[in-house]
Amino acid sequence: MMNPAQVASPQARIAVRAVSLNYFTAQGETQALQDISLTVAPGEFVSIIGQSGCGKSTLLSIIAGILEPSRGGVSVDGRPVTGPTASIGYMLQQDYLYEWRNILDNALLGAQIQKRDMAQARQRAVTLLQKCGMGDFLAHYPRQLSGGMRQRVALARTLVTNPDVVLLDEPFSALDSQTRLAIADEVVDVLRSEGKSVVLVTHDIGEAISMTDRVVVLSRRPGRIKSEHQIRFPSHGAGRPTPLQARSLPEFNTYFNALWNELDVHVEG
Amino acid sequence: MNSSNPSLTVATPVGKAPVSSRQPSAAYKAWLQRQRHDKHRVLAVRLGLLCLFFGLWELLARTKLVNPMLTSYPSALWPTFIDLAQNGHLALHTWATFKATMVGFVTSMVLGIAVAAALWWSAFVYRVLDPFLVVANAMPKIAFVPIFYIWLGSDYSVYGMAVAIAVFVTIMVAYDGFQATDPNKIKLAKTLGASRWQVLRLVVLPGSVPTLIAALKMNIGLSLVGVIVGEFQSSSEGLGFLIVNGSQVFKLNIVMTAIVVLALMSALMYLVIARVEAATARRYG
Repeated sequence: MMNPAQVASPQARIAVRAVSLNYFTAQGETQALQDISLTVAPGEFVSIIGQSGCGKSTLLSIIAGILEPSRGGVSVDGRPVTGPTASIGYMLQQDYLYEWRNILDNALLGAQIQKRDMAQARQRAVTLLQKCGMGDFLAHYPRQLSGGMRQRVALARTLVTNPDVVLLDEPFSALDSQTRLAIADEVVDVLRSEGKSVVLVTHDIGEAISMTDRVVVLSRRPGRIKSEHQIRFPSHGAGRPTPLQARSLPEFNTYFNALWNELDVHVEG
Repeated sequence: MNSSNPSLTVATPVGKAPVSSRQPSAAYKAWLQRQRHDKHRVLAVRLGLLCLFFGLWELLARTKLVNPMLTSYPSALWPTFIDLAQNGHLALHTWATFKATMVGFVTSMVLGIAVAAALWWSAFVYRVLDPFLVVANAMPKIAFVPIFYIWLGSDYSVYGMAVAIAVFVTIMVAYDGFQATDPNKIKLAKTLGASRWQVLRLVVLPGSVPTLIAALKMNIGLSLVGVIVGEFQSSSEGLGFLIVNGSQVFKLNIVMTAIVVLALMSALMYLVIARVEAATARRYG
């Protein structure tokens, strides 16, 4: 477990400082997040787990700059985040591919919105789609693809604009369990090889342990940081195991039990 | 990813299912046969109904069970058609109605989409204008025919009527379509830094194409209604003029012929739109 005071290191890629969020409805005021501080180093993979409604997706939206915190702030590479920036890529719970665009054009959406050099972007999109095993489907339309393939295209779309940080919001929750395991391996492989910093939000403890270097546990609403766990697999030797390998290592179960107790799951109803 | 990863085989492309690689089985051929057979039967019954309708019309008028002065009869339509085509400028009248319908249709489509986009852009404007739109849509626009004639003159009042009848429905259908855009698709564009204009151009408009086709379908029928009503009042050409003119001199042959031509025109426009719809359905499926 890490001391929250030591996380404010100067070389942090993402720095979340004392973020709180209240939102208002006609029925009243709700505090969604309370005093969240968090840093992510370059190339580090951090996951945020917590039960539904603890505000973990909200935190991701704040980091992405599409939601403004009530108090506190976020900076990426020292620059404060005030709106969506090209240095942050966001992968949502579903692929949300546009059915009227073919695969290549879907992958190029970000480049088009950010008015990049399209010839260059096209080249990068093709390379990325090939890397994600989608090279043969450039001219296909989304409805011709399976859920796993669509999520690979979504990954390529996120990476075409070359963000330094990739935010993953339960990116595999719409997939069946076998596809999830396979895609998790591929996504981690691509993101590590591209040297990205990653924040993964999930309610799947196994996914958090197997995919990331550090797991942050959020409490129930209002979401506060309950604990942080550095994930290491000494039994694997040097280098990081792939998510699938990690699941069969002895450390996996130890972490799993610890996090399960932390989450304090009650089945309601 | 890397070639040593066995998981690549997990997902198979749906679009590349190897259906056509095998010889179709006998049962499948029989099923296809039955499908074709069904299709032909529907077509045959349709044609039969049409023949029955004209046959009955002819028979009832010939046997004076109905007064042929009031109904004319089908066999009298063909000579009238030939006569009108040769001496009565039928082509000219048909073209006038068709042209006015197209002008009204394109104008109300463009205007309707533009207004719907403005309403989508500003929730405030929508909330302000909503009751006015509802009333304007519910209003019988035909009440404006004489006013339009005074304001716009004989040509433009026909266009004006077509637009007045078609535009409000277009606004409402298009706006509902824009509103129904998946908010997550918009969120995705925003995470990539899209401006409101880019959201409209890259997400909302292309995503609403099926709705806009539905609006187009309603719009073209309503434009035609507007044109005919406009021509009743104000025009010296067009099928509406022919109908009114024919009824005033009690030449039901002319009235009925004009109506049949009108029906053919509607059918033709319907077929074109059905084609467009099928083409987009393949994409949006």
